[in-house]
Amino acid sequence: MKLLNVSGSPHVHSDESTKRIMWRVNLALVPSLIVAVAFFGLNALLISLISVCSCVLFQWLIEKFIMKVPSTVSDGSAVVTGLLLAFNVPATREMIWLVIIAALVAIAIGKMSFGGLGKNPFNPALVGRVFMLISFPVQMTTWPKPGENLFSLVSVPTTDATTGATPLGLIKEQMSQGRSLSDVMADPSLNLPSLGDIFLGHMGGSLGEVSAIAILIGAIYLLCRKIISWHIPVSFIGTAFVFSAILWLCDKTAFVDPVTTILTGGIMLGACFMATDMVTSPMTKTGQLIFGFGCGLLTIIIRNWGNYPEGVSFAILLMNSVTPLLNRWCKPKRFAN
Amino acid sequence: MTEIWSAVLVLSITGAIFAMVLYFVAQKFKVVEDPLIDEVAEVLPGANCGGCGKAGCRAMAEAFVKQGNMDGLSCPAGGAEVAKKVAAILGCTPEEKEPQVAVVRCNGTCANATAKTHYDGLQDCAFANSLYTGESGCVFGCLGLGNCTRACQFDALSMDPETGLPIVNEDKCVACGACVKACPRGIIELRNKGMKNRRVYVACRNKEKGGEAKKSCSAACIGCGKCAKTCPFGAITVENNLAYIDFNVCKLCRKCVAECPTGAIHAVNFPPKVDRPAAPAQPAAQAQEPATAPAENKEA
Amino acid sequence: MKTFAMGGVHPEENKISTNAVIEEFPLPKTAVILMNQHLGAPATPCVEKGDKVKVGQLIGKAEAFMCANVHSPFSGTVAKIDTCKDAFGLSKPAIYINIEGDEWEETIDRTPDIKRECNLEPKEIVDKLKAMGVVGLGGATFPTHIKYSIAPDKKAEYLIINAVECEPYLTSDHRVMMEHAEEICIGVSILRKALGVPNAYIGIENNKPEPIAVMKAMAAKFEGIIVEPLKVKYPQGAEKQLINAITGRRVPSGKLPIDVGCVVSNVGTSYAVYEAIQKNKPLIENILTVTGKKLATQHNYHVRFGISYKDIIEHSMGSLPETTGKVISGGPMMGKAVSNLDGPTTKGASSVLVIDESEAVRAKESNCIRCGKCMNACPMGLEPYLFSSLVKNRRIEEAGAHNILDCIECGCCFFSCPANKPLLDEIRLGKNLYRGILMAKKK
Repeated sequence: MKLLNVSGSPHVHSDESTKRIMWRVNLALVPSLIVAVAFFGLNALLISLISVCSCVLFQWLIEKFIMKVPSTVSDGSAVVTGLLLAFNVPATREMIWLVIIAALVAIAIGKMSFGGLGKNPFNPALVGRVFMLISFPVQMTTWPKPGENLFSLVSVPTTDATTGATPLGLIKEQMSQGRSLSDVMADPSLNLPSLGDIFLGHMGGSLGEVSAIAILIGAIYLLCRKIISWHIPVSFIGTAFVFSAILWLCDKTAFVDPVTTILTGGIMLGACFMATDMVTSPMTKTGQLIFGFGCGLLTIIIRNWGNYPEGVSFAILLMNSVTPLLNRWCKPKRFAN
Repeated sequence: MTEIWSAVLVLSITGAIFAMVLYFVAQKFKVVEDPLIDEVAEVLPGANCGGCGKAGCRAMAEAFVKQGNMDGLSCPAGGAEVAKKVAAILGCTPEEKEPQVAVVRCNGTCANATAKTHYDGLQDCAFANSLYTGESGCVFGCLGLGNCTRACQFDALSMDPETGLPIVNEDKCVACGACVKACPRGIIELRNKGMKNRRVYVACRNKEKGGEAKKSCSAACIGCGKCAKTCPFGAITVENNLAYIDFNVCKLCRKCVAECPTGAIHAVNFPPKVDRPAAPAQPAAQAQEPATAPAENKEA
Repeated sequence: MKTFAMGGVHPEENKISTNAVIEEFPLPKTAVILMNQHLGAPATPCVEKGDKVKVGQLIGKAEAFMCANVHSPFSGTVAKIDTCKDAFGLSKPAIYINIEGDEWEETIDRTPDIKRECNLEPKEIVDKLKAMGVVGLGGATFPTHIKYSIAPDKKAEYLIINAVECEPYLTSDHRVMMEHAEEICIGVSILRKALGVPNAYIGIENNKPEPIAVMKAMAAKFEGIIVEPLKVKYPQGAEKQLINAITGRRVPSGKLPIDVGCVVSNVGTSYAVYEAIQKNKPLIENILTVTGKKLATQHNYHVRFGISYKDIIEHSMGSLPETTGKVISGGPMMGKAVSNLDGPTTKGASSVLVIDESEAVRAKESNCIRCGKCMNACPMGLEPYLFSSLVKNRRIEEAGAHNILDCIECGCCFFSCPANKPLLDEIRLGKNLYRGILMAKKK
């Protein structure tokens, strides 16, 4: 007979595993992927595929040849990074190859240089995205219009006919020319999407961030599976909503209304999928509430007073950097005190 | 031009302000320290191994300077050379100390002490020791999870995957004693290096009765006492079914090695005895050697 | 429905031996009675080699304060007094008995009649428990007479009977409640009298509707016994959690239940108390669940202490299944893995659990992904992930400052860790090292 095993208790384990968590996150991203493909066509599919493949490949290469450790690509975390990265870039033809650079930065600098999954202080997908935003500002802010050129790969979506800025980008651009907000909003030539369009995602923007409804479906799935808790998304979106509402009520001509604020840009995607990344967000409920609050506040500040029309990535990265402190300060309530 | 001047001016002024602040802060929080401490710390190895019993090399340097001489303090990692340097700084004579080396007193190899169970927990000897006997069933033997190798700051210890026991690299070992403290079963001992690095020691710590000890390990000391009777110098004592060789008394005659029925006594770094006229006891000793010596010779 | 304040997990229940009626385990040829079957110092043997002993005869005398008497569970001849390796391979002082027949001490009442009246004074009850060697049968084997000798500056307000049986697989408490409800209630009344408290609460998890019904019906006939159904959540059977679930009180760090006016005893203990006080029967046997998913038959036995695990396995299943990965004494969450099947059972053993290798081998450890599941599962509100890294880096005092000693070793952290980190192993190591530091400081 074989030797008996001996170990300390407990002798049974729940069926929880890192692998299962990561693949469930991937599953939760599928609705957004479907919407992205429906709106942006083959480009979106190709970008996502290439992004995922290059993330997985880079991780495998680094683990095999640089770190010389057994490969962990099957845990699905590289796929999550790849998908989120793809969701954070516009669906243009250039991105099909630029996303490979983003993947390299995300995996090599954002994740593996710290020791791999679990050791990275910043969300790798956001590291990749911010790197791209700074290095390739033009390509990163050239947005194809949804629903056009679904099956053409050859089209170069840089002509006016096929490109459109994100609603936030448009508003910011127009307002910088001295026009008031209400003026911009009412201008039919700008083709600003209606609220219904915004909710469904029928507007210019990065691949995965456009459709609030698809993101919410994924987020609800993750909530049911207890992979994320409500604290970060609610406090993030809530803070952004309340803060922008206050600004809007103060001056309706200068600030975007709160509903548009939380539905456009990356707030939904950021709050549900990127700020909730287990590795880079605080562990206690109090910490998570503070984290979400900080993200929401920073996002609105960057959007209204910063250079970028979009502030979610920067806000989350900044809050990532205070996560260790939040973990230190916000201790769980002890039973015996 | 004004832009340049204003920039230069602003930078100079802020620079001056910061310099002043730094100066006053440095003065205010200045720690008066004996400059000798720095000097001593400089010559210490800087490995912070803790072999001296202090928190690190800096703490040791402070202790040296505070005491003013080297009585009772020694840096095992640095050895005689460092001792000389420290003595020169302090202006005293260094204590003479016999060089030592870490010795693993267990021969519970995978073959000798076969596994009776499979351990499937935290790879840490201290924990495994608190949990149960270990895979072989010997409560005194090496658990093979390598706490000693992790404690070694000098890369002198490594686990042998064949035997499951740690190997001491005698060239690198500085006898700092970190492994001795790390081993929860007190298997590692610092012994005098001995003449030409030759040593004879009992490679077992099992205090159980002979029969019990043999059940868990075929190479266990069974406390029969034959070695003690054979030893012409009285270097061997048997207590609690376990023999111990006092390295200060042992004259390396190796009579005990031949006498031991389980081969628990090891003699290392002796030359192979092919050319000697064989006394009746010798072949047994010879048979003993290949099993034990190569492990330590490989590294040396 | 009541439960404890925070954390907890819900492992698969696997109570497959629930319907196995308690059987009498046959006598073996030889047995080894360990002298420390309880928490504390070993008892001193008071028989000689060659002596004839009867069932229930005192063979190990409690001399230290923290100690319990040991009685012979068998009749026969003392073969030798020596050390014996217990089920975990550690040498313990023991008495070896060659079993001859089954002759009991005359004082023991072996009739099946139930004796309801108890006229002893509280002090006499405690003394008799001490004489009979009764210890807690919930797993910790704390000598019962010490628990019920309340220090003069303390006051007991609640007696809590632990019938939670939150561990998966185990069914001995379930069976004893089904078959000996009245004896248990008499035992509880005796304990209540010994403490002088108005009410005793029997906490039972809600996944045992039958015992709840039986105990409720029986408790109605007794004064001051309240059956309290509890929400199913592990580790409800842990003393501090059970107190919290039933009374809402919390035992502070480093304190004992009596500091918040509670005394907790296992339901099996109250049955043993009944037998000791009313039937003069010392603690010589326990109810043992023999179970496992791959076993053809499941059993609950009356097993006398001193029978080896090997004998129990041979009698109940012939031999271990080919694919056995682990044999556990106790439940899968807090039980100990048996490394030496030749070792004898003791007063603390509540089950022989055979785990298949598919479940027994731990999955490979990976990096912590800081999901916080360990922290959310911890019923003491601690941070296992933090202890893990602090202990690995030997920053023990910091771990101490984060209340590492509060850990009750329930295993919820490791159970829920998706990275399979051996969190509880590390915490145990940290607790040991920290206790060492505290001891050194005291000196």
